[in-house]
Amino acid sequence: MLTNNEIKKLESHAEAIRETIIRMLVAAGSGHTAGPLDMADIFTAFYFHILKHDSKNPEWEERDRLVLSNGHIAPVLYSTLAHAGYFPIEECLTLRTFGSRLQGHPERLRLPGLETTSGPLGEGLSQATGMAYALRMDGKKQHVYCLMSDGEQEEGNTWEAAMFAGKHALSNLTAVMDRNNIQIDGMTEDVMPLEPLADKYRAFNWHVLEVNGNDIGAFITAVEEAKSIFEKPTLILAHTIPGKGVPEIEFDYHWHGKPPTKEEGERFLKQLRTMGGSVPHDYA
Amino acid sequence: MLNKAAHLSANIFADDIEKLSTRDGFGTGVVEAAKADENVVVLCADLKESTRAEEFEKQFPERFVEMGVAEQNLATIASGMARVGKIPFVASYAAFSPGRNYEQIRTTIALNQMPVKVCGMHAGVSVGPDGATHQMLEDIGLMRMLPGMTVLVPGDAEEARKAVIAAAQTDTPVYIRFGRANTPVFTTSETPFEIGKAMMLWEDTEPSIGILSTGSLSYTALVAARALSEKGIGTIILHVPTVKPLDEKAVLDVARRVKGIVTVEEHQVAGGFGSAIAEFLSEEHALPIHRLGIKDVFGQSGTPDELLAHYGLDTGSIENAVRLLLK
Repeated sequence: MLTNNEIKKLESHAEAIRETIIRMLVAAGSGHTAGPLDMADIFTAFYFHILKHDSKNPEWEERDRLVLSNGHIAPVLYSTLAHAGYFPIEECLTLRTFGSRLQGHPERLRLPGLETTSGPLGEGLSQATGMAYALRMDGKKQHVYCLMSDGEQEEGNTWEAAMFAGKHALSNLTAVMDRNNIQIDGMTEDVMPLEPLADKYRAFNWHVLEVNGNDIGAFITAVEEAKSIFEKPTLILAHTIPGKGVPEIEFDYHWHGKPPTKEEGERFLKQLRTMGGSVPHDYA
Repeated sequence: MLNKAAHLSANIFADDIEKLSTRDGFGTGVVEAAKADENVVVLCADLKESTRAEEFEKQFPERFVEMGVAEQNLATIASGMARVGKIPFVASYAAFSPGRNYEQIRTTIALNQMPVKVCGMHAGVSVGPDGATHQMLEDIGLMRMLPGMTVLVPGDAEEARKAVIAAAQTDTPVYIRFGRANTPVFTTSETPFEIGKAMMLWEDTEPSIGILSTGSLSYTALVAARALSEKGIGTIILHVPTVKPLDEKAVLDVARRVKGIVTVEEHQVAGGFGSAIAEFLSEEHALPIHRLGIKDVFGQSGTPDELLAHYGLDTGSIENAVRLLLK
């Protein structure tokens, strides 16, 4: 268990990551807002506590592998990598511009620290599964994590991977689903009902945990439990609030695929400051 | 006459020339590649007998991955395995891989530059009785459009064996196309093979037409060249097992010596091997080109010989194409 002080420290990282996300989206003028904001706590938990990784040696062989499947939430990945020391935070403002390493969707060959190229949905779980399978084949101890969206559970490729991982009882694989209930065209259960997600994964021979994905301490505890399950791969259904951190856009699916304007960005940053932790910059 | 430097089969024009399928060459080649490199693995989508992956499974059971009927997962699991150091060969029918999983190959293998070797079996109309759904005729086009993708179309089982071994030694994505039908093994273990190199099979003293061919139809082209030669029509046959990257020098060398080019492939003429030749020569050395291949239709059931004759890919069709260009 983490102490309150440790959790507070992680929360302040998450807030700084959110601040950068808003700034980079305003600068880019395009991109996704809700998903990156709601996943800031989980990314913080991974890069500032859970993962074995080295920002100065991104291809370190002993590192754990984190595969981001839904590449459209790239801003939270970039912001987190920058805050974790992979590249300068200012570079985040080049998001989606010509010549930038921060492509609209993550490209492995352009930016150190990426396990794969992603964006087309439904492919990350499968690649993570392939990594976990090959690592286990070689008797390696690294753990493989896959972060995926709920919307991409509509892709057949996701379930092909779930079936394979279940068959081989890949206990070195933990998938985290951002269950924020929104996708581009609306609420997931209106677009294409996904529930009962937990039962579906259990039926595919997965261990399933449910957690508040915006509670960093609870999330870390869930990952620890997942790693203690030796019989199966684990799915953590992380219930998150889309747009988390900016009260005026929370729960609103319209913010899935658009960025804030400059004025909105200024307003959002002021709202962010009402959360715990401090924001050192004076943006407005 | 035959090019001696190609070290072709001693009984090349005999009726009893050995016949094997190029997929047989996959089966032997991938076992040899696996013996040479412990990172070689084979993933197969419920087709281990007909893709000839069975022998590999027998010898390396722990390195054989049964995927079930899931071609999208076939590509993406392989990508993930390659990311942690494996050299995956993925075997299925070309109609499904790269037919069904094209986007997975594009994003997670080509754009991601993973050294996955996509092995498309049962390509072409010579698949025979299975009919149009299983006769892949668009794979060369699909794969050669992908940046960084090497595209190999071996001419016989022996060359297929060498192509598989060579593919395992590259750290890039490779597509290899294989056929189902038993076809003459016209090359030998002495025949040179190198990715990116074309090979002259036949060369008359005064060639008027160049026949550029890929896959097992290069043997059909050889038979046609011999018949034409007996009738006083000289040709050169350039066998092109690497469609991409094209051996531009060899193609240009042939084009400069002849009045016209015939291309031969068991694939749609749109986007395939003949297209690649026409694209290149139209910029470098424009001359009349006649492309033999499938002309914007799907295949159908039949025997391989019936189908190849029906779609204009038999010896007589190649001879006619040469004569037409000389008119």
